[in-house]
Amino acid sequence: MEPAPCRVLHVGRETHDTFTLTLEVTPEGRAEFAPGQFSMLYVFGVGELPISISGDPGVPGRLTYTVRVVGRATEALARLRAGDWVGVRGPFGSAWPVEAARGMDVLIVAGGIGIAPLRSVVYHALRNRDAYGRLIILHGARSPKDLLYRADFRHWNRQAETRALTTVDHGDMRWRGRVGVVTTLFRYVRLVPERTIAMLCGPEIMMRYVCAEICGNHRIPPSQIFLTMERNMKCAAGFCGHCQFGPYFICKDGPVFSYEKVKPLLGIHEL
Amino acid sequence: MSSRQEGPIGLVDPPSIGRLISALERRGWLVAGPTVRDGAIVYDRLQSIDDLPRGWTEDQEAGRYRLEHSGDNALFGYNLGPQSWKKYLHPPEVRLLEASRENGLLKILNQAEPLPRYAFLGVRPCELEAIQVLDRVLIGDRFSDPIYEGRRKNLFLIAVNCSRTAPTCFCTSMGTGPRARRGYDLAITEILEGGRHEFLIEAGTAQGAAVLEELHPRKAGPDDSGLAEKLTQRAANQIRRRLDTESLRDLMYANWEHPRWDQVASRCLSCGNCTMVCPTCFCTDVEDTSDVRGERAERWRRWDSCYTLSFSHIHGGSVRWSVKSRYRQWLTHKLASWIEQFGGSGCVGCGRCITWCPVGIDLTEEVRAIRETPARASTRRENRNGEP
Ligand SMILES: Cc1cc2nc3c(=O)[nH]c(=O)nc-3n(C[C@H](O)[C@H](O)[C@H](O)COP(=O)(O)OP(=O)(O)OC[C@H]3O[C@@H](n4cnc5c(N)ncnc54)[C@H](O)[C@@H]3O)c2cc1C
Ligand code: SF4
Repeated sequence: MEPAPCRVLHVGRETHDTFTLTLEVTPEGRAEFAPGQFSMLYVFGVGELPISISGDPGVPGRLTYTVRVVGRATEALARLRAGDWVGVRGPFGSAWPVEAARGMDVLIVAGGIGIAPLRSVVYHALRNRDAYGRLIILHGARSPKDLLYRADFRHWNRQAETRALTTVDHGDMRWRGRVGVVTTLFRYVRLVPERTIAMLCGPEIMMRYVCAEICGNHRIPPSQIFLTMERNMKCAAGFCGHCQFGPYFICKDGPVFSYEKVKPLLGIHEL
Repeated sequence: MSSRQEGPIGLVDPPSIGRLISALERRGWLVAGPTVRDGAIVYDRLQSIDDLPRGWTEDQEAGRYRLEHSGDNALFGYNLGPQSWKKYLHPPEVRLLEASRENGLLKILNQAEPLPRYAFLGVRPCELEAIQVLDRVLIGDRFSDPIYEGRRKNLFLIAVNCSRTAPTCFCTSMGTGPRARRGYDLAITEILEGGRHEFLIEAGTAQGAAVLEELHPRKAGPDDSGLAEKLTQRAANQIRRRLDTESLRDLMYANWEHPRWDQVASRCLSCGNCTMVCPTCFCTDVEDTSDVRGERAERWRRWDSCYTLSFSHIHGGSVRWSVKSRYRQWLTHKLASWIEQFGGSGCVGCGRCITWCPVGIDLTEEVRAIRETPARASTRRENRNGEP
């Protein structure tokens, strides 16, 4: 499958190392996606990398991504400007269970850049507000300067039955908010196990702690918890072998998995 | 085991194998098969019968490979060299993409290259099965690799049944040999007995039957077929290496943590030889390049190995940083998760990984060791430092 050239409409700075890229999808490309899916973005001559779609699935013809600069390819993406071109393959992979979540409270827990693939769930839920119960969004970042989507969080907190809480691992002089890892936010929320569906994205270690917290202390069954896994990925079609996680190919069996399915694998070192 | 493919059967003399090569060439196939090069039997273009390794055999054991004179005129008196047919079907290096950028505009240049039409002569039964395994990996219901699929579609397959085996072979354990039962156009059994030197050829497809007819074979009787069957049966009886496949998947899954992984990791060099010689290992990496002016770019795909650190690299480091975890990934994938992913084992019992391992690690021995000693009390992370 070849990349479809798409035009960069807008590049917006989110934090010191993270930016949001909006693309206009050309007729060769596919703009429809389900929240949780990702694209393979090709930067001319530099490389191709998996990036989750962080935009609103209800806005046609656009694909939006939020990217943290960590190396060569993400640096090259960061240099793009409106009017430049990117190759896009996809969307690929499994989606967040937004259908199964209908009628339920939706708990979103994100660490760092992990909020990106979950933002499209929030967009979707707010667009279909009546279809869902309470919306609880918990986001943890390393420090205040790493907090993403601040304007979105303010907006979400003004919506009905919606709570969006943030915390940072380490505060700074001006920080007046909460300090502590993301699991410390659970003391501010009340969860009803039967009617809660949880969606988690962040570092593996964070997700393991969050799973222990919501299964153990809040009695949410593993079948109602969903999380995304991350591995090196080259082809997104199950041919390159890189994204294997036990029996799964994260590119096609994931990246979204039910906790019930991957629970036995999560504790295995270096899998 | 299912019975043989039904089709015409005939007997031919040694020069007819040369005529077979020309017949295939005339029909537009590029004939590839075993030939001697740099002290090993490799697969390369065959243009005449003289390119075949007549009178050669191999001495193979864990970590050892040597060519020897067989003392006869057998054309197929050896088993397997280091290369497998995947070098043709799933090339070690291939260009995936060419792109141009002019005035900022990105263009993906789509040059469909003519696909080679290969005829493989001398495909051992385990290798035939390896091709079927690759079919299941690379021709999927959701995604197919056009590079593999295009080459595979045009393939003419001539199997050669084994009347001799190498000490590293264990196809009988994997149910793949030493006799081909399906998936070929033609299957050859070399008969070299009591002064007789002939080839029993069975056709498995209509195009196979048409090529066979062109060789004007002598009619084969039940005695001839019986003799061919006996020769391969005798070869099967020679095989000493065993891999016990009983509940193998469950065994591997129950032993993510086992002291044997540390033991094998102390010997494994993490060189990736086993993955390169394996006829089913399919992993690849890609590399993107551009010209100095930044106007043209290419993307190349190359074989990769799960034994490298870069294979599992993500931001912050490699997931599988220890040799132990990489050996475990390879073996567990091959023997267990492969079954879940593709509906059958990733191992066909060819034994190349044993021969070409520089320190002679033998997967059949590793599995036996895991089977015979109980798993270590879990060293999973929660027990190590209190993490969930
Ligand atoms: C399904 C999925 C969704 C993702 N979504 C996002 C997102 O929304 N936003 C975001 O900022 N990042 C996301 N990532 C991570 C992102 O793909 C990596 O940060 C990126 O590939 C790093 O490339 P680099 O060249 O800048 O870094 P380097 O560290 O220089 O990487 C070198 C090579 O290693 C590989 N690599 C390194 N890190 C990763 C990684 N984490 N995942 C896969 N391959 C990696 C790449 O092939 C890269 O070419 C996602 C990863 C996956 C698997
Ligand atoms: S793992 Fe070894 S024995 Fe199995 S197919 Fe690969 S090379 Fe052959």
